[in-house]
Amino acid sequence: MDASAPSPAQTSRALSLTLAWRFAAFQTARLPLVPISIILLFALAAIFADVIAPHDAQVGSLSARFRPPAWVQGGSSEFLFGTDHLGRDVLSRLIYGARVSMVVGFTAVIVAGVLGTTLGILSGYLGGWVDQLIMRVTDTWLALPALTFAIFLAAVVGPSEMNIVIILAAVYWTRYARVIRGEVLSLKERDFVRLAIVAGCSKRTIMRKQILPNVVNSAIVLATLMLGVVIVTEASLSFLGVGVPPPKPAWGLMLADGKKGLMAGYWWLTVLPGACIMLLVLAANLLGDWLRVKFDPQLRQL
Amino acid sequence: MSGKPLLEVAHLTTHYVAARGTRVTRAVEDVSFALNEGQTLGVVGESGSGKTTLALSLLRLLPPGARTVAGAIRFEGEDLLAKTPTEMRKIRGKRMAMILQDPMASLNPLFTIGDQVAESIRIHEQASRRSAGERARGLLRSVRIAAPEVRVREYPHQLSGGMRQRVVGAIALACGPRLLIADEPTTSLDVTIQAQYLKLLRDLQREHGLAMIFITHNLGIVAKMCDTVAVMYAGRIVESGPTRRIFAAPAHPYTQALVDSIPRLGDGRSRLRAIEGQPPDPAALPSGCAFHPRCPDVMEQCRTAAPRVFTIAADHIAACWLRK
Amino acid sequence: MKRFIIRRLGYAALSLILLSFTIFFFVRVTGDPTVLLLEPGASRADMEALRQQLGLDRPVLVQYWTFLSQIVRGDFGQSFYYRTPVLELYFSRLPSSLALAVVAMTFSLVIGIPSGILAAVRLNGWWDSAGKVFALLGLSVPSFLVGLLLILFFSVYLGWLPSSGSGTVWHVLMPAFALGWYFAAAHMRLTRSSMLEVLGSEYVKLARLKGLPEALVIGKHAFKNALIPVLTLAGINLVLMVNVAVIVETVFAWPGVGRLLFEGISFRDFPVVQATVLIGGAMIVVVNLLVDLLYAVIDPRIRYGR
Repeated sequence: MDASAPSPAQTSRALSLTLAWRFAAFQTARLPLVPISIILLFALAAIFADVIAPHDAQVGSLSARFRPPAWVQGGSSEFLFGTDHLGRDVLSRLIYGARVSMVVGFTAVIVAGVLGTTLGILSGYLGGWVDQLIMRVTDTWLALPALTFAIFLAAVVGPSEMNIVIILAAVYWTRYARVIRGEVLSLKERDFVRLAIVAGCSKRTIMRKQILPNVVNSAIVLATLMLGVVIVTEASLSFLGVGVPPPKPAWGLMLADGKKGLMAGYWWLTVLPGACIMLLVLAANLLGDWLRVKFDPQLRQL
Repeated sequence: MSGKPLLEVAHLTTHYVAARGTRVTRAVEDVSFALNEGQTLGVVGESGSGKTTLALSLLRLLPPGARTVAGAIRFEGEDLLAKTPTEMRKIRGKRMAMILQDPMASLNPLFTIGDQVAESIRIHEQASRRSAGERARGLLRSVRIAAPEVRVREYPHQLSGGMRQRVVGAIALACGPRLLIADEPTTSLDVTIQAQYLKLLRDLQREHGLAMIFITHNLGIVAKMCDTVAVMYAGRIVESGPTRRIFAAPAHPYTQALVDSIPRLGDGRSRLRAIEGQPPDPAALPSGCAFHPRCPDVMEQCRTAAPRVFTIAADHIAACWLRK
Repeated sequence: MKRFIIRRLGYAALSLILLSFTIFFFVRVTGDPTVLLLEPGASRADMEALRQQLGLDRPVLVQYWTFLSQIVRGDFGQSFYYRTPVLELYFSRLPSSLALAVVAMTFSLVIGIPSGILAAVRLNGWWDSAGKVFALLGLSVPSFLVGLLLILFFSVYLGWLPSSGSGTVWHVLMPAFALGWYFAAAHMRLTRSSMLEVLGSEYVKLARLKGLPEALVIGKHAFKNALIPVLTLAGINLVLMVNVAVIVETVFAWPGVGRLLFEGISFRDFPVVQATVLIGGAMIVVVNLLVDLLYAVIDPRIRYGR
């Protein structure tokens, strides 16, 4: 084996092939501008929400209920995307909702990543009972569907923004742990690790200085791919009413409210938040695929 | 042996094209040879020398990205390169057959032995299930598999490696081909089984008057099995001729090195002689003669110009400036 | 072979124990059991009674043992809302969810497998590109969004299909499609890559060398082999579907266990929540075990390999 790039995690070959294939349709050799700009757009909306949102996202006027978007008859430029059942401006709620999704999404992904990578390294490198213990827990938690587990935890500890982040991290760290552990197992056999052992480095040093830098790439790729999943789960939780609690606007919550008006034909309350979720998740997935192909040179031939 | 050769190959060239035309791998370059009925040709070379691509080119079953860009193939007087895919399909398995290296991988794990042997008979000769089945049993018997009535109902994983390779042989011979191409058929077999299998191939060849192309990197097998040898290096044939002559007096430095590197007891040498260097990357061949970086007798001319083919004796040719 | 079975059973048992312990741990230790396991509006006396009953002062392991023995006996507590034993409630709703999952699985296989095969056989062709887009959408558009959009289109605008409830064929179409959506994409991706791998195998090469017509090579030799991993996944996914259908069942008011879970959280009926998650998880562990064992029976290479 050549000593240049670290060998990729042995997630099943099928997964590798499908990820690269999925991306290849949109491939450019340079930066994938579309996904990045979409994510940037939402990020900026999230950061500058206080400045750009035209109205208050949490308080509405009952006289302005169910106004359609500006480009439909009956709409006005005052409420560009219309209003909901409480007269709240949809556009403002979408913008603040972006903040919730981005903050919760990114934080959860990072916390899960740190936790999962650490445990994955410990498990893979130390082996023995540590490995067995961590792997058994990982396997069991992986068997439980993320959404169900998250709902359960939300019911137990009660929803709040902070809690949701912790819950999502607790549910998703297992994904990292499994993949990173696999990589560590193969890294362990590589010469540069063996040299370090022979040179007398402590286990902790090896894990920190040799193993960690080599798995960081995979962790980052995984994190980007997880972002989409986490955002969907967060939206699902909000939809069911156990997500970030009202009156903070979350896209999932908007969808739940929107459902009430659906039969009456108030389509914008469903389509617009839905489109936001879809765009952001799509962008995250595309970016993740692109990173995967970039960091895994063997796949580029596909 | 009749006068006209069974197979005539002239200046066959097959390239792999990757990365939208920017990278060309000359897998087979300007290969010419002829094969008579009942004759065995050995094709020798290191991995990457183009042996397998040559075989696939003859059968016109190249993987995507590979194309035969020049040359001619005449089989039983017919131009194979002019055939349509349907016509080629009728030739494959019926008039030309091939055995692959790994018998376990060559057999479909989900179907019985009998089914797989009878398959080509049913397709090529439109035989009924029953008659194909009978012939399958006969074929298994002819490759010396005991109790064929039992075996036809078994699955590949139930057989030993040697038996599987015999089954593969039976499949190849099912429709009575004139030419059999064997791509390293014994490499994955145990040494003790190898000898048995080779004997079987030789007997079958004599019985059916088969012509064989035997691809291998093992010179010992060549010596035993082949009438003529073609030595390949970096996609070209660097030397070819009757086996005995090539072994006794190799004309090309590469062939010489190959012959020298065979360890022999009692030849007075204490060290194994290996060929220096590595086989070249087919996508980035050296200039001039592809062998020149490793050649002990390299001359100035070798670095700049690819050598022409020179005739050493009747049927014996070598592509080396030394033989000018 | 026997060793394999025993080992696999052991793993499954361990997983079940870990699962139950996880649930137990989170409820008793991280949450507040007096709040969760009592009806809203309970009195101090009730709290004391609960404390006694659950032995909340005793060491954790003792509590867990009590919990475990109750579970094994089938005692999952009583629903606050329905006032019936939760286990009974769960199993009364399970058939609905299974029915939905079966239809959804059928959709996902009928859509996923052929398109996966076509994508693999006509590699980089039109079908392959369309497949790539579909795969991406399958992953990126959440099932409840699909459901809501379907309702908007087929119930509100076209008025063809009912937007909620169950009972007739028309009721099941939209929820099954929404539920099957993600899995259709997943099955297509797997079929495609499995097919590609099989198409590159030596025995397919030999089939071509035999001069078999391409249709036979793909239809007979490649197809069966490629399907094995897909069907395995489908089996596991069926149980998964039952569990993750909570969203779709909520959107369409489908009376299954997913909706039961939703009711549990809406009405603060915690025993229901706890049981749904626990039983659901247990079903997944059991199905995984069965699939592994079945696989070993079918594919003898696995038995002797490990």
